[in-house]
Amino acid sequence: MDNLLLLVDAPVFSLQLLIDGLLAGAIFALAAYGMALVWGVMNIINITQGEFVILGGFVTLYLSYLGVHPLWGVPVSALALFIVGWGVYRLVIFRIVDRDLFISILATFGISILLQQLMNQIFGADIQNADPNLGTLFLFNDDVAIANIKFVALAITIVVGALLILFLRKSRIGQAIRATAQSARAARLMGIDTDRVYATTYALNAALCGATGSLVVMTWVIHPFIGLIYTVRSFMIVVVAGLGNLAGVVVAGLGLGAVENFAGFLLGTEFQAAFVFSLLVIILVWRNYRLGKKRQYLR
Amino acid sequence: MNKALRTSLGMALALLILAAPLILPNYQTQLAVLWLMVLLALTWDIMGGQMGYNSFGNIVYFGVGMYTTAVIQRGLFFDIDEYAHVAGGTGSQLSLLDYLLGLGLGLTGGALLCVVLAVILGAGILGLRGHYFAICTLGLGIAAGEIASGWDYLGAGSGLVTPLFPETFFGRGIFFYYYFLTLASLTFVVLRYLYSERFGLAINAIRDDEDKAESMGLYTTRYKTIAWSVSAVFLALAGGAYGNLIGFIDPLDVAFAGPTFGVWMVLMAILGGKGTVWGPVIGATIFHITQELFWTYLLGWQRVALGLLIVVIVVFFPLGILGWIRERWPERFGERVEGKQ
Repeated sequence: MDNLLLLVDAPVFSLQLLIDGLLAGAIFALAAYGMALVWGVMNIINITQGEFVILGGFVTLYLSYLGVHPLWGVPVSALALFIVGWGVYRLVIFRIVDRDLFISILATFGISILLQQLMNQIFGADIQNADPNLGTLFLFNDDVAIANIKFVALAITIVVGALLILFLRKSRIGQAIRATAQSARAARLMGIDTDRVYATTYALNAALCGATGSLVVMTWVIHPFIGLIYTVRSFMIVVVAGLGNLAGVVVAGLGLGAVENFAGFLLGTEFQAAFVFSLLVIILVWRNYRLGKKRQYLR
Repeated sequence: MNKALRTSLGMALALLILAAPLILPNYQTQLAVLWLMVLLALTWDIMGGQMGYNSFGNIVYFGVGMYTTAVIQRGLFFDIDEYAHVAGGTGSQLSLLDYLLGLGLGLTGGALLCVVLAVILGAGILGLRGHYFAICTLGLGIAAGEIASGWDYLGAGSGLVTPLFPETFFGRGIFFYYYFLTLASLTFVVLRYLYSERFGLAINAIRDDEDKAESMGLYTTRYKTIAWSVSAVFLALAGGAYGNLIGFIDPLDVAFAGPTFGVWMVLMAILGGKGTVWGPVIGATIFHITQELFWTYLLGWQRVALGLLIVVIVVFFPLGILGWIRERWPERFGERVEGKQ
């Protein structure tokens, strides 16, 4: 607990942790949009989420090797992952949409292992990152230092969130997606091609993950086996925010980022991942306990 | 097939199983791991197959049992500060009796701790259903591994060495082969007994419709906790011995080995046919043998193949081998079919 004393002695440092954490949370929220979308529309918990994020990161990384500025990687990764997501849907996911959750959760789990190992074979297991060279912002007499890319990430998250809401409200296919989420059967009766709606939803989710991954590789580091933690973060954010609540996802994402950053500092970085996964268990148990009092269950 | 032939075939198979480590002395460890695999698949199937609770976190008990056993062994006979240096050398040979005493106490301690853990965790987690339970256990398994790899008392990321196996007339491979053979057989017998009892009916009812089971007056939480504790006990006993068989406990690759054992146990159970007694046994045997082939010939691509295999089996072949046979020839499984006898 030495670090706690440090925070008391130098209060400005907790400001550093807070800002850093909130901005990190924005990146988590971006992937969580996608998870909420797939969960709400298709009733699938997509364990592959984290691997899509890392794959998006690799796309940006290799783009930066070609000499392109990594910020261009955000749209390129999103596009590339949109195609990957569409392919995965056409190959596997469409077979499991209406099956029981046992099959859907195991199948996405299998795809996640498959992608993980494929990335390991193709890109290697090294820890890599793409530096966007955007510099660092110093605040409060240089006591607080924040990498500028994190502000860019926050802006991108907000813009993408707004675009997503607009897309779901205004566009034809967006309306079809919302109709399918309400009742797939009724939507089919109204002449909506639900198969195409599912494909779009899943590909859109992958694209969001791709954009996230591109921000991740610029902000932190990636390697093929780090994906699962992003799945778990998205899941936690969606569970806390509730389905169909995009603003809630942003708030929960920022909160998670801040909490995680403080915990990582207080417990030591070696326990940060342990903290994230333990937090998941704690959140679920706590929510279930609360629902249990009302005689309801999380299902 | 007449009865005499069947009996003699069974006898021959039993003899082969008993003599296997003597016939193939170079493969003793692999053969011991085969029985470990059978045990893993069987214990996963209690929750995953018979009760319909998709757990990715059973590896927790494997790891906790392994660490508890090693820590008790270490605490009984060694000075903790010196241990890491001594056990690497040859100066710290235990006598056979001491070793067995340490191992026995360690395994007992591990099993007890895991039951307590299962009851405590179960109280919080077993109320969750479906997706939530699956993701929660997934998080649990990884959290345990991450905690172990940061905890200095357990050797943190650099792992923990188990006491050396004493030099006697039989080797480590032989000892652990028969240990795992006994343990896997015991698991099989116990599970078959439990499934034939009220317990089996109760957990099947939970799988089919938990709300109905509860409204019929079953104490579902109690049955779920028992089911989890049973798998915890056997996993702890297996984990403790596996740590000693390997001789070195790495927190992420050996103890809380989510990407290997944690995934394999799920795959083996569904490959053989979840929800049957023999399914996990068959699945584990086939998987272990084919996996050895993959290791030899695919060089690095075996894990890719593993992921592919899971997807293909789950999507196209969810009943598993035994489930498929059962659907094809139900009369062989004691189900009455009209038109046949």
